[in-house]
Amino acid sequence: MSAVQVTGASKIFNQGTPKQVDALIDVNLTVEPGEFVSLIGPSGCGKSTLLRLIANLLEPTTGSVMVNGKSASQSRLDQDYGMAFQQAGLFDWRTVAKNIELPLELKGWDKEKRAARAQEMLELVKLPEFAELYPWQLSGGMQQRIAIARALAAHPPLLLMDEPFGALDEMTREYMQGELLRICAETSTTVVFVTHSIPEAVYLSNRVVVMSPRPGRITDLINVNLGAKRTEDTRAATDFFTGITAVREALRGTHADHANAGAVRGVEDR
Amino acid sequence: MKATSRIRRILPPLVFGVAFLLLWEGVVKGFNLKPYFLAAPSKIFEQFFKNFARIWEATSVSGTNALVGLIAGTLFGVAMSFALSRYRFLGELVTPLAIALNAIPIFVLVAVLNNMYSITSEIPRRIMVSLVVYFIVLVNVAKGLTQVQSTHVELMKSYAASDFAILRKVRVPNAVPYLFTALKIAAPVSVITAFVSEYFGGSQNGLGSRITSNIANSKNAAAWAYVLGACLLGLTFYAVSIVLESAASRGGVASKTNNNK
Repeated sequence: MSAVQVTGASKIFNQGTPKQVDALIDVNLTVEPGEFVSLIGPSGCGKSTLLRLIANLLEPTTGSVMVNGKSASQSRLDQDYGMAFQQAGLFDWRTVAKNIELPLELKGWDKEKRAARAQEMLELVKLPEFAELYPWQLSGGMQQRIAIARALAAHPPLLLMDEPFGALDEMTREYMQGELLRICAETSTTVVFVTHSIPEAVYLSNRVVVMSPRPGRITDLINVNLGAKRTEDTRAATDFFTGITAVREALRGTHADHANAGAVRGVEDR
Repeated sequence: MKATSRIRRILPPLVFGVAFLLLWEGVVKGFNLKPYFLAAPSKIFEQFFKNFARIWEATSVSGTNALVGLIAGTLFGVAMSFALSRYRFLGELVTPLAIALNAIPIFVLVAVLNNMYSITSEIPRRIMVSLVVYFIVLVNVAKGLTQVQSTHVELMKSYAASDFAILRKVRVPNAVPYLFTALKIAAPVSVITAFVSEYFGGSQNGLGSRITSNIANSKNAAAWAYVLGACLLGLTFYAVSIVLESAASRGGVASKTNNNK
């Protein structure tokens, strides 16, 4: 059974109006359990839309989305996945521990069980002494680690992340990438990860899904051969640069389309 | 350490205030200004303590009107903002009206309200105060309930949270600082509205009407003594609203405002 199975999915906004946007056209994607898959592409390629179809925050216009062998909507109701966004999205009026407990509260867990799990998650993200602080007392990187702890609090088999490290500085970002890989390995979580960064996609992923805009679609699937265990040395490895080059070339293909489109528009303007 | 910094913060405005009063006193004495033109602070304080019982009585009348109106207006404002955030069409109907009413000096309405009740009734003034407070609270709290971070709403939807759970765990906590901001604006405004409402007839027992009647009788120092009472009442309302806010924010509620985001 696949962790995620997207079959012939399209998402069209404002269908039949002048403002119609073909956000995604005929997307097919399978993610196996334990896999780390990144979605990469320029703005408007539909990578965030695809993630929201998997999360059932959006319904596909056509096609089907299955998560853990169930429909995406059933998976959402069963809280089969955790989600993290570019903004940590922590609640300022809740302590760090209470933020992590939120999904458990909504599942109706009792108080002791919630507190124990929150502490366990804080240890997983290496911030055990921060339970009683408020989010605004933490740095951006720490806030994002708490957001990951919250996303994984109910031990979901799948983690969906929308540019979670996009707002962090480069140093923190690399540290967080290492931490994310460690956490996912320890919890054997499947990840679908949206990013703008080529090195980030290559460093983290087993597979990189390259997407292209107008209309949003998948143009390439690139396997990354960096092995299961990735360390800081991986960032200097030849295979790492091979992977980066492969993704960059796949993205260039989409950029060539851009240049053409721009040229055509230039002609029209005259 | 903490005590000295507090003294350092309080001392300069205190010295300035005392110096201002001395200058005022000096100008009145030095230029031999007539009491009907400008009363000296010493005369005002003298009148204040001489008439303390009456000033207190007038203050409690205006203060009660302001307080009753403030509480009623806040309750109705909060209730209405919940209804507005639940039913969008209500918002489209009421919000432009609320903004328009906020922009015009609606406390002149008290003249009309006075016609509806007996001449000695305090109800028109209290209704007037609640109306003014109601719109301040409504606009602010409705904003707090609706303008929540989209990430928070998406997150709650990803947890399959019901609309009620989103209201309870996201919208209401988000609106709490907005409520206290509204109270901080509404508290002094409620006092001002209570005074001004007294200018449009009814019993002559509050601070507003006492100030006008003393001025009409050229008892300038006494009028100033009532003004002093009015200032103290307004300050008390404002101070209480600030204390309430800091009590509620102990726990990070108002942290949004001092957040570095």
